Amino acid sequence: MFQRIRKGIVAVAALAAFVAAGTAHAETLINGAGATFPYPLYSKWFAEYAKIDPGVKFNYQSIGSGGGIKQISAQTVDFGASDKFLSDQELTAAPAKLLHIPTVMGAVVVTYNLPGVAKGLKLSSEVLADVYEGKIASWNDARIAKDNAGQKLPAKPIIVVHRSDGSGTTSIFTDYLSSVSPTWAQSIGKGTSVKWPVGLGGKGNEGVAGQIKTTPYTIGYVELAYAFENKLPYAFLKNREGHFVEPSIASTTAAAAGAAKQMPADYRISLVNQPGKNAYPIVGFTWLLIYQDQKDKAKAKKLVEFLNWELKQGQKMAGKLLYAPLPANVAKMVEKTVKSIR
Amino acid sequence: MQTNVHTEVEASGLGLDSYPQTETTLQPVTKTTGPEAGKRLNGDALFRYLTTFFALSILAILALMLVEMTSESLPAIRKFGWQFVTGSNWDAVQGDFGALPYLWGSVISSVLALLLATPLSIGAALFITEIAPKSLSGMIAPLIELLAAIPSVIYGLWGVLVMAPWLQSTVEPFLSERFGFLPFFAGAPYGVSMLAAVFILMIMVVPIITSITKEVLLAVPQSQKEAAIALGATRWEMIKMSILPYGRSGILGAAILGLGRAVGETMAVTMVIGNAPKISLSLLSPAYTMPSVIANEFAEATSKLHSSALMEIGLILLVVTLVINALARLLIWSVSRDSGGAA
Repeated sequence: MFQRIRKGIVAVAALAAFVAAGTAHAETLINGAGATFPYPLYSKWFAEYAKIDPGVKFNYQSIGSGGGIKQISAQTVDFGASDKFLSDQELTAAPAKLLHIPTVMGAVVVTYNLPGVAKGLKLSSEVLADVYEGKIASWNDARIAKDNAGQKLPAKPIIVVHRSDGSGTTSIFTDYLSSVSPTWAQSIGKGTSVKWPVGLGGKGNEGVAGQIKTTPYTIGYVELAYAFENKLPYAFLKNREGHFVEPSIASTTAAAAGAAKQMPADYRISLVNQPGKNAYPIVGFTWLLIYQDQKDKAKAKKLVEFLNWELKQGQKMAGKLLYAPLPANVAKMVEKTVKSIR
Repeated sequence: MQTNVHTEVEASGLGLDSYPQTETTLQPVTKTTGPEAGKRLNGDALFRYLTTFFALSILAILALMLVEMTSESLPAIRKFGWQFVTGSNWDAVQGDFGALPYLWGSVISSVLALLLATPLSIGAALFITEIAPKSLSGMIAPLIELLAAIPSVIYGLWGVLVMAPWLQSTVEPFLSERFGFLPFFAGAPYGVSMLAAVFILMIMVVPIITSITKEVLLAVPQSQKEAAIALGATRWEMIKMSILPYGRSGILGAAILGLGRAVGETMAVTMVIGNAPKISLSLLSPAYTMPSVIANEFAEATSKLHSSALMEIGLILLVVTLVINALARLLIWSVSRDSGGAA
């Protein structure tokens, strides 16, 4: 009787040891949460990387930038992801030193529904800001007409559409309006959700795009990838050097290349309205948020390996999914930063 | 909570006949004496404790929710006080929050939707129970219940892709041209608007009110109807004199259930209301509701005050729902006391 029990215990212990050994050998699980904007690209990266290193598994929850910042600050995930960089105050409130690792760039395009005008309506930054402030209320306003000689602009009121949900897209767009219009910066400011002076709110890119498709004389903003995939008409925007630039992957990357000279060491920089002849003006980084000192050294090693892969092979996949890859000089800088993760 | 109202209505107003019977049949079991009595009593006691626990756990969940939401919204409550409810400035960048436009949008959209939906639903329920031939009503009734089960996002998609453009191209221009002098129909037609939200809510609420009202009307005793007909009443007089008064409290309960659904509806309303936090008398202008702003902004609310303000809106929503339910109970109670027949 006792012997049988003893045998049983031994068997259970052996089984437990086996299971423990099994999990130790199995994959490292790295958890992340945050921005929805880069989610399609990140999931592609994680799937591709699983083929290279089957010993690591990534689990990414696209809960929004705000959620990503909250989760990494509470240390419930191994990395956060955000379309908005943390303020100094948020950084000091974090329990340890957080690094911003830029991964790719996104652009915001201005789309519209103007019967008779296909893509390529030309808008200067001042005009766009005044439209969103409600100061320019009609499509045939002289200031719009000035840049669009030859286009027939209807004498109809402009219906402004913006995002109703808090989003990184809104953050980049209002950042741009703040940087080109002092009155916007003063009275409204920038953020994931702001107090819009005029217009209708649509939920998500699809909400804004749906509103614009079904309603003539509307204007709105959506992510570049969304506009391209859905073949929405988009405006050419006047950049800092006075050129009207078509939104594209190349012109988005050009904006970051223009900013490379004054790139701060922590990459907390807004990329709107950057110098460069071909630079598209409404562009922003999306970042991973990672603690410099990792508690789990094995995990840290895997994470750094992944980041190095992402900066070389991963960047090549970005374009196909309509994300702008980092310019070569910025990618080199980021590689150095990744080395500092311990 | 809301289903409670309904079952209460049925129990107090309609199922009365069967009640005394079930009690008398149950009684002897507990009073049995003999060797087996102890065992049965234990089972009864266990069942009693178990059901008491289940009932109390519902109260506990409600209390926990209240406590948790209050503590989460404390920063906003401390900072703004009553100004949170009376203020109409909502600015996440400046950290200034006033929830009046959302409160306004929620109340107006659901009350108007209910006003439109209730007569429609009573009519539909009367048709099914009294007027339609059996074969037809047997087909319509399940279809209406099916409508009640359609997820709200599907109503929302239909609303934003089909209804809103139609409103913008036909209904709203007509309203603003003919009745534009009234403040209720002033302004440019956008399609997405308070009017669109009212319509979509009405469409969503009608199946619920109809199917409950139908059950209420079916419970009217045949003898009541026959008595009216025997007195020489026409069909309309029979409906007016015997069916509607008898079912009054039940119909009211159904309407309140509909109101509960309308106040809490998030997805469909968010898609068609235009999401502009403005207080406007015009039905053509965009508006905003409490559930919508929570759904829209909570995921990306980075500042503590912002998420706390959204929590406080959630708290207000909860309180509004509780108040509606309390009022409903009061209303049902007073109505069923007045009309002796129903109670």
